[in-house]
Amino acid sequence: MASIPAVLRSEWTKIRTVSSTTWTLISALVVTVALGAALSALLSSTFDELPPTQQATFDPTFTSFSGMALGQLAMVVFGVLVIGSEYGSGMIRNSLAAVPQRATFLFSKVLVAGVLALVVGLVTGFLAFFLGQALLGDHGTTLGEPNVLRAVVGSGLYMALIAVFSMGVAAMLRSSMLSLGILMPFFFLVSQILSAVPVAKKVARYFPDQAGSKIMQVLPDAMDSAKAPYGPWGGLGIMALWVVAALVGGYVVLKKRDA
Amino acid sequence: MIEAVGLTKRYGAQTAVDNLSFQVRPGHVTGFLGPNGSGKSTTMRMIVGLDNPTAGRVTVGGHPFRLLPNAPRQVGALLDAKAVHGGRSARNHLLSLAQLSGIPATRVDEVLGVVGLRDVAKKRTKGFSLGMGQRLGIAAALLGDPQVLLFDEPVNGLDPEGILWVRNLMKQLAAEGRTVLVSSHLMSEMALTADHLIVIGRGRLLADMSVKDFISANSADFARVRTPGTDPREREKLTSSLTEAGGQVLSEPDGALRVTGLPLPRISDLAHAADVRLWELSPHQASLEEAYMRLTQSAVDYRSTADELAGFEPPDLGPYGGVPQGYGPAPVPDVPHEAFFAPPPPGAVVPRRYPDGTTGTTGTSAPAAAPAGPTADGDPTRHDGRDSNEDAR
Repeated sequence: MASIPAVLRSEWTKIRTVSSTTWTLISALVVTVALGAALSALLSSTFDELPPTQQATFDPTFTSFSGMALGQLAMVVFGVLVIGSEYGSGMIRNSLAAVPQRATFLFSKVLVAGVLALVVGLVTGFLAFFLGQALLGDHGTTLGEPNVLRAVVGSGLYMALIAVFSMGVAAMLRSSMLSLGILMPFFFLVSQILSAVPVAKKVARYFPDQAGSKIMQVLPDAMDSAKAPYGPWGGLGIMALWVVAALVGGYVVLKKRDA
Repeated sequence: MIEAVGLTKRYGAQTAVDNLSFQVRPGHVTGFLGPNGSGKSTTMRMIVGLDNPTAGRVTVGGHPFRLLPNAPRQVGALLDAKAVHGGRSARNHLLSLAQLSGIPATRVDEVLGVVGLRDVAKKRTKGFSLGMGQRLGIAAALLGDPQVLLFDEPVNGLDPEGILWVRNLMKQLAAEGRTVLVSSHLMSEMALTADHLIVIGRGRLLADMSVKDFISANSADFARVRTPGTDPREREKLTSSLTEAGGQVLSEPDGALRVTGLPLPRISDLAHAADVRLWELSPHQASLEEAYMRLTQSAVDYRSTADELAGFEPPDLGPYGGVPQGYGPAPVPDVPHEAFFAPPPPGAVVPRRYPDGTTGTTGTSAPAAAPAGPTADGDPTRHDGRDSNEDAR
């Protein structure tokens, strides 16, 4: 029985010794922080021109996380590559020949990669928040305000969950290309377009990214967005359910299918 | 000790491995042979628990692989040399595998030295040649100092020095009392390395015996007999005489006769009695390759056909006019196919040049332009089989 600490150590070695880890996580951080800062600066200078409803529901915290829509895509790539590269290279056969207990293998890998994504996500969240607030100037907020700390920590949780969700999908599809081909358009286009269409909105708000991103809003109807029938933690819970479903699916595939 | 009992694997309607039962014993190098697509790799993958058998079971040391405590310390496997993440260095690749079973990092450097990759340990495996990949795979298999080792095509892509090294390594591992299962397509290599053979074809067990027994059970030892090429009647006379005496006589493309079922002295006596001169009377002992070919001939899935180049214009043949030399159907040797067990080794179809070749007729010889290659008797791949010429059929 391969012991769990041993598998965790091995997975840590695997994850830190490929360059894709570094560049996906760095781009997640840079893209999120930079885009958030750019939008914060833009809104700060054009605040007076915003419609009154948006001025009333202006959420400086959420504004500083505007880069998340793109930055999360790098997290998707990170999550997909962690699992997909095992299949793409055939390394999975070496791994499973060494760790025949497939649950131990998969969940150790997900745990190591998930914790790493969480750390990077938290760093990203705090960086994006402080930089965004500095650029918003008078319109900004501070960590001490109600619910702000929850939103900032939530942004880190959100990024980690997006990465873990992608790992589950990649474990189900057993291919990086296929997983990216589905997840990238989904998160970048489908989900965001559907959430803007009045009829589809009711369904789209239960998508993992739409539900999970509520945790980053301090005001429930920030920036004149639609009010959801769940709170910030409820939204994150819905996202967590998606993640659990993807992981269970990935585990079942790994268990049943021949490697 | 690896034991398979009624092992079966089906992919939809296709049966890759069909009710396979065998044992791989410690202390021997066991060769695992079979044509492409015969189920060798699938069987090896089932041994290490990557694929689930549809029926039957396979155990290592009495346990199914997935239930083995600390599997990497008990079973080492090289299944696919390319199965490494190209962006990771050789040392880190092995380190990640070593950490799984609590093998210290010093052991990683040790095996890197054993397989001769110490100089490229920090290089990404992306740039490795196939041979270096094989060495890395062998290093991974040796990492846990396991008692059971599986190697799928370990010498693919290795240089001659590497092949020799792998051969000695296999023998050494077996001599240390380990169980070693090696698959290969290189029969000459197997003849030198393996003590025991498991042969499968279309997923079924064809043979499970020692190399020596395998060759004698499946070889078609024969005598090559050549009569003077100037007179076909002598050849016919000898043929009928030999057939009467109970031998089986086949014509070879170069006009010689392939005689089975009669010992050499008897052939000589019969020829003498028939008043036929002989230019050649030579024993031919089958190599492992021929024995293998004969056994698996009916179980080959992917057989090549002649490349007819039908879609191409015949090239300009210059002085030979419209005669499509070289692009017509290949000359068919007048050999009855059902009794022609093994394709002759490369040298066997080459016409022998005799000093009196200048007199003209060469009978049914192949075109004289064919290059003179090594003759069958000088074939380095041959393996000592039986001495007698009795018909093995």
